[in-house]
Amino acid sequence: MKPMFTFLRQHPTIAVGGFLLLLLILMAIFAPWIASNDPMALSPIHRARVPSERFFFGTDLLGRDVFARVVYGARVSLVVGFTVAILSALIGTFIGLVSGFFPWVDAIVMRIMDGLMSIPTILLAIALIALTRASLENVIIAITIAEVPRVVRLIRSLALSLREQPYVEAAIAAGASPVRVVFKHIFPNTIAALTVQTTYICGLAILAEASLSFIGAGVPPSIPSWGNIMAEGRALWQIKPHMIAFPALFLSITILSINMLGDGLRDAIDPRMAKRL
Amino acid sequence: MFAYTIRRLILTLPVMLVVALFVYGLLDLAPGDPAVFLAGEEASLADIERIRQTLGLDQPFYYRFFLWLFNVVQGDLGASLFTGIPVSTMIVQRMAPTFTLMIMTLCVSVMIAIPLGALAAWRHNRVYDRGVMMIAVLSFSLPTFVVGYILAWAVGIELRWLPVQGYVPFSQGFWNSVKTLILPTLALSSVYVALITRITRATLLETLSQDYIRTARSKGVGNKNILFRHALKNSAIPIITVIGSGVALLISGAVVTETVFSIPGLGRLTVDAILRRDYPIIQGVILLFSFLYVLVNLIIDLLYRVFDPRIKY
Repeated sequence: MKPMFTFLRQHPTIAVGGFLLLLLILMAIFAPWIASNDPMALSPIHRARVPSERFFFGTDLLGRDVFARVVYGARVSLVVGFTVAILSALIGTFIGLVSGFFPWVDAIVMRIMDGLMSIPTILLAIALIALTRASLENVIIAITIAEVPRVVRLIRSLALSLREQPYVEAAIAAGASPVRVVFKHIFPNTIAALTVQTTYICGLAILAEASLSFIGAGVPPSIPSWGNIMAEGRALWQIKPHMIAFPALFLSITILSINMLGDGLRDAIDPRMAKRL
Repeated sequence: MFAYTIRRLILTLPVMLVVALFVYGLLDLAPGDPAVFLAGEEASLADIERIRQTLGLDQPFYYRFFLWLFNVVQGDLGASLFTGIPVSTMIVQRMAPTFTLMIMTLCVSVMIAIPLGALAAWRHNRVYDRGVMMIAVLSFSLPTFVVGYILAWAVGIELRWLPVQGYVPFSQGFWNSVKTLILPTLALSSVYVALITRITRATLLETLSQDYIRTARSKGVGNKNILFRHALKNSAIPIITVIGSGVALLISGAVVTETVFSIPGLGRLTVDAILRRDYPIIQGVILLFSFLYVLVNLIIDLLYRVFDPRIKY
C-alpha cells in the first residue's frame, strides 16, 4: 500500500480524478440505495417541481424524480464509457498491430481508417442510429466504430517504430514467428500509450452518448441517461433550469475526472512531457 | 508545388470513396429490410414499395451504388423520403447559419487561443501559466451543450445582453444576425480554444528551448520579436495541424449547439431527419461535412510550405 500512496502524492491529478471517478462508480452501483424514489415513476401532481426536501433535484415534466434519474443515469454513462473504451482498445489494437507489421494489409486498412476518421464522431453515430432501433447496444456499437480508428492509428505508428528496434530484429533473427514477435515483443511496449488513449476514449464516449441522447439519437427515452434528462428538460429550461442543470453538472464532473486521470497517467508514463504539458 | 497539389488532391479520392461507401453501404448492412424500417411502423405496403423504388433497393448493390455515386458527383444527393424535396436544395437553404457559426468560431478561437497559449509558454510555470492550463482542462471537459446553456442563462436571461435563443438571417440586417450567433460561437469555441491553447503552449515551449532562440536573445532581439517572429513562426506546423483535425470537433459541436440555441441550420436538419428516419438527408449532410473536413485538411497540408519553406514536396 505504501508505494501506492507515494505514487498518488506525486501525481495529484491521478489521485483527484481517480477518487471522483470512484465515487461516481459507487453511485452507479448503489443507485437503488441512494435514490429512494423510482426513477421511472410518473407522478402528474408533482410535475416540474423545483428542488425541495422531498425531491432534491426537483421533478421533470412528467413528475419523475430528477435526483433518482440522475443517480441512475450514472449507470448508462459509465457502462457506455467503459464498454466503448475496452471494445475499441481491443479491436483497435488488433487491427493496428496487424496493420503495422504486415505492409500489404496496411495500405488497405489505413485508407479505410482515414475514411472513417473524416466522418465526425457524432455524425457517424447518427448514421448508424438512424438505420437501427434505438437501444443501448446500438449506441455502444456506433460510438465504438467511431473511436476504433484513433486506436488503430496510435498502435500502428508505435508498431512501425518498434519494428525497427534492435531487439525486434534480434527476435526475428533468432527465428521467432511473426505472431510471437507481434504479441511478445511489440504489444507489451504499446500498453502504456494504449492505457492513456483508452482513458481519453472513455471520456469521449460518455460525451458522445450524452450528446446523442440530447439531440434525440441516443439511448431510448425510457432509459434515464444524463443526455435524455437534459433533452426532456429542454422545452422548459428557461423557467425551470434545474431540469438540465443537475445532469449537466454530473456529466461535466464525470468527464473532468476521466480527463484528469488521463492527463495524470500520461504525465506519469512520460515524465519528460509532464514538465511541459 | 503544383504537382504536389494535384497529387494530394488525387489522394483525397480514396478517402472520399470510403466515406461514400460507408454512408451508402450502411443501408444494406443494417439489420432487416431498410425500406420497411425507413417507412416506419404505420406505413402501408404502398409506402414501403415507394421507398424501395425511390432508393432503388430492388437493384443489385454495385449497380445502385455507382448510379448513386454518379449522381452525387454531379451534385444530386437524392430526395427527402418525407417531402420529396431534393436534399441538395434543403442543404443550400440551411447552410448559411451553420457555416457562419463555424467560420466565426474558427476565427474567434484562433484569435483567443494562440496569444493565450503563447503567453502561457512565455510565463512557463508561473501563476498565469498554471491558471490558463487549469481553465483549458476545465473547458476541455465541459460539453459544448453545457457551456451553451450556461452562457444562454447567464448572458441571455440574467444579464439580458444578447438574445437567448433563435436565429435571424442576414437578410434582416447584418448586426441583428450576428447578435444571435455570438453566444453559440462562444459555446462552440470553448473546446476548440482549449485544444489550440494546449498545443500552442506545448509547441512553443519546445521551440523556445532551441539554440537559435538563445542566439536571437544574445543578439539583443526584443522579447516581443522573439516570441512572435522567431518562436511562433517555427511552431506553426503542429498548431495548424491541430486546428485542422479539430474541425471534426467543430462539426460535431455545431450539430449540438444548433439544438441548444434553436438555430435552423444543417445540424437541426439532421436532427429532424433522424426523428423522421429520412436517411437521404443524413447521407447528404455527412457527405458534405466529411468533404469539408477533408478539404480543410488538404488546405492545411498545402499551408505547411508557407510556414516552413524548408519542406520540399
